[in-house]
Amino acid sequence: MLSYVGYRLLLVVPTLVGVALLIFLMLRVLPGDVVEIKLRGDGGHVTQDVVERERHRLGLDKPMLTQLVNWMVGLARLDLGTSMWTGRPVAEEIGARLELSLQVAVMATLIAVLIAIPLGTLSALFKDSAVDYVVRIVTISGLALPSFWLGMLIILTLLYVFSWSPPITYTPFYQDPLANLAQLIWPALAVGYRYAAVVARMVRSSLIEVLREDYIRTARAKGIVPRLVVIRHALPNALLPAITVIGLEFAFLIGGLVVTEQVFNLNGIGKLFVQAVSRNDFTLIQGLVMLLAVIFVLVNLLVDLFYAVLDPRVRYR
Amino acid sequence: MSYTVRRGEIVALVGESGCGKSVSSLAIMRLLAEPVGRITSGSIVFDGRDLLCLPEAQMRGIRGRDISMIFQEPMTSLNPVLSIETQLTEPLVAHLGMNQSQAHKRAIELLGMVGITDAERRLRQYPHQLSGGMRQRVMIAMGLACNPKLIIADEPTTALDVTIQAQILELMKDLSRRLHIALVIITHNLGLVARYADRVNIMYGGKIVEQGDALNVFTRSRHPYTLGLMRSVPRLNLPRVGKLATIEGLPPNLLNPPWGCRFAPRCEFRIDLCGKPPDLVEVERAHHARCFRTHELAGLTSKAAVAAPAAAAVPAGAPLLKVRDLSKHFAIRQTEVSVLSRKQAVVRAVNGVSFDIGRGDTLGLVGESGCGKTTVGRLILNLESVTAGKIEYAGADISLLDRPAVLALRKKIQAIFQDPFSSLNPRMSVGQIIAEPLLVFGLAKSRKAARQRVAELLSQVGLYPYLSERYPHQLSGGQRQRVGIARALAMEPEFIVCDEAVSALDVSVQGQIINLLDELQSRLGLTYLFIAHDLAVVRHISKRVAVMYLGRIVEIADRDDLYQNPKHPYTRALLDAAPIPDPVTERARPAKLLHGELPSVLKPPSGCVFSSRCPMASAECRQEPPQVRDLGAHHLVACHKV
Repeated sequence: MLSYVGYRLLLVVPTLVGVALLIFLMLRVLPGDVVEIKLRGDGGHVTQDVVERERHRLGLDKPMLTQLVNWMVGLARLDLGTSMWTGRPVAEEIGARLELSLQVAVMATLIAVLIAIPLGTLSALFKDSAVDYVVRIVTISGLALPSFWLGMLIILTLLYVFSWSPPITYTPFYQDPLANLAQLIWPALAVGYRYAAVVARMVRSSLIEVLREDYIRTARAKGIVPRLVVIRHALPNALLPAITVIGLEFAFLIGGLVVTEQVFNLNGIGKLFVQAVSRNDFTLIQGLVMLLAVIFVLVNLLVDLFYAVLDPRVRYR
Repeated sequence: MSYTVRRGEIVALVGESGCGKSVSSLAIMRLLAEPVGRITSGSIVFDGRDLLCLPEAQMRGIRGRDISMIFQEPMTSLNPVLSIETQLTEPLVAHLGMNQSQAHKRAIELLGMVGITDAERRLRQYPHQLSGGMRQRVMIAMGLACNPKLIIADEPTTALDVTIQAQILELMKDLSRRLHIALVIITHNLGLVARYADRVNIMYGGKIVEQGDALNVFTRSRHPYTLGLMRSVPRLNLPRVGKLATIEGLPPNLLNPPWGCRFAPRCEFRIDLCGKPPDLVEVERAHHARCFRTHELAGLTSKAAVAAPAAAAVPAGAPLLKVRDLSKHFAIRQTEVSVLSRKQAVVRAVNGVSFDIGRGDTLGLVGESGCGKTTVGRLILNLESVTAGKIEYAGADISLLDRPAVLALRKKIQAIFQDPFSSLNPRMSVGQIIAEPLLVFGLAKSRKAARQRVAELLSQVGLYPYLSERYPHQLSGGQRQRVGIARALAMEPEFIVCDEAVSALDVSVQGQIINLLDELQSRLGLTYLFIAHDLAVVRHISKRVAVMYLGRIVEIADRDDLYQNPKHPYTRALLDAAPIPDPVTERARPAKLLHGELPSVLKPPSGCVFSSRCPMASAECRQEPPQVRDLGAHHLVACHKV
């Protein structure tokens, strides 16, 4: 098992190198220049000389290959460089916001799993009944409603019906859990609803399939109570495909929080990403992309390990 | 339908697929999915109680406690994510209120009862780590767990090899007698019924058409369907017949069954009266049949009546296909963990196989699953590359051919596969399926010509040309297999590899397809390699037969020679294990069981591959692989002891 994990972690390296190359090249191909935006963006007149000096300071005048090598060498030493806009280390810029985004993503996942598994199970067990139809309507709406719009509805409801609005400043969870949750539970809900809808539909369809399997018939023929048949025999099998979806969605979530963070005015990774792109802050964009790639790969590894826990066929071959 | 089972008795429920035998047994357990599978009327009295009137909670107390069920597919009937222990102890905890340590003890006892050694380790394992036979034993242990009074076994050995099948059924019979358990065996295999059942119920189209003591039903069949079934099974104990008797037509569609006798449309004794539903009448003591003319059928024999022509001698001359020292090894990764260490295991699927097939001949290739017979077929079809040895077709080594020659060869060598459903594209009509190779290879100049040829081919395999508009799912199994044959014939081949071509078909339909293959061979001069596991079917169709075990041919001889005078202990074991549909013969011969499981192809025994299961094995066998020796009259055997 350990050597398997080691092997998978080794495989991560070429993936990350590929991502690094790709994002570096794509950024250089796109038009736009951080220095232009920074110095002339608001119409101020700056001499060419100043612009050139700023370029030189940021290393943008060096040959592309040198820039690439420098960046890659930095990556190898876990140094993401400094932001071209603020001049602060990229790691610091990201670190300050990662906690918030991660928390929202984790909470959204928890909400999704807690809602989706019971909902999907109910829907599958009472297939084509009123319960199933209600669940299907709820999940379809979850897929159809954009999270940001749902977020807006939540804010407006809180404001107009309860005359309350969530706190604007971020308090870390360990300082004041209540204040923290009061701010972050809403975006987590808004995002989690869609997430839950995706997972619930997956659970429903895979459980319906599993319930038709021969081994479920065997279990029923043993005279076990239906509750056990579902919980012990059917669900572990049905959850396997759902776990894959949960993992994929989680990884997408970190990158996909952009709009939701705007709506709830949260200073997270998503917002940082938008800023970085609109400012052509190459180093910051590259750092963020690398971070997302790492998260994506790690979550997938986690999913595979979880698979091994649930499925002995993966564990011992 | 009505039938009874007494304690310690074995009752068989026999019928072809879709005749309702499984449905009726699920009904006993009340496991049919409501509301689709509603039991509309009748009663199921078990131990004095009508099961249909019990509330679900009480019924649950009976399932697995008093009545247990053993299902067909050991591969899919066990839960893949739960350990054997969890699955085996579950009914003990649920019904007998045992705690974990008591249940564990009982589980070990149960595994011992069903002949699984090393029980402690097996309990910790998961289904995928066990072989098919082993899984079926676990299923039986699960069925026995709470000392039930009745066990319903639904095709308990259909998915297993003959030697394992014999082991499992002997075990079930022994347990039933010893523990006074009533046993209902549901099967389509008449041989099994003859060997094991005390009483028999023959089902057709959702009704029991004949019931009685096994001996009576087999020797004095009194229903036309039973007669037809008995005649259409190829038998090992009787001289081979020229043409198998068949039951023409197809089983009834139960969505809209004939109002009168359901067998009437296929019955050769049909009269006007048969338009009304017949009742089950007593024809003699303990023997009933559902037929108006049953008394007139008294004198008819259920044995095949067609005279047997002498087997044609194998023609001399250059063989069409010559296989010499053929080997195919697959390298597989042993475990996920060892990917770094690059450790690879080699499966010797085929190991030094040689044989010839003359033009217009049929070679039967028999063996149990995993013996490499399918791989031999794939090598000849040029679907796999040869590891060592060579295959010569019409004098040319096929591995040395250039591309155009390979394409030409592909036309000459065609294949018919086992599962007629999954080997036909569901989105293409029958006409498109057959026309495709015609157009691709330019055998038909235009679409119109292709259509004409399709119609010709369909009538050649006994299908109506209008079926070309249909899609595979609209056809029955037998019709689909005919389409498969028509597709192979479309290329005007010389040589056809039939890989388990009739294994998935019902007895009455199987006979039709075998006769068709026979007829096509004599009409078109085809040469067959007939790969199968059913010895009786192979005997019927082949001129020469080769027996394979773990990648090697252990014996090869002319058909009659091999069946009458088997030399290799494995061939003998196979013939002993194959039940014959005749209760008199079957009960007279002692059960000679081959012990043990098929060894893993990854670790075949050293020396002779059969030495681990062979009753005659000695130290020599375990060290030195035997050479193939010619015993004269083209009878070749690889064994030290012959």
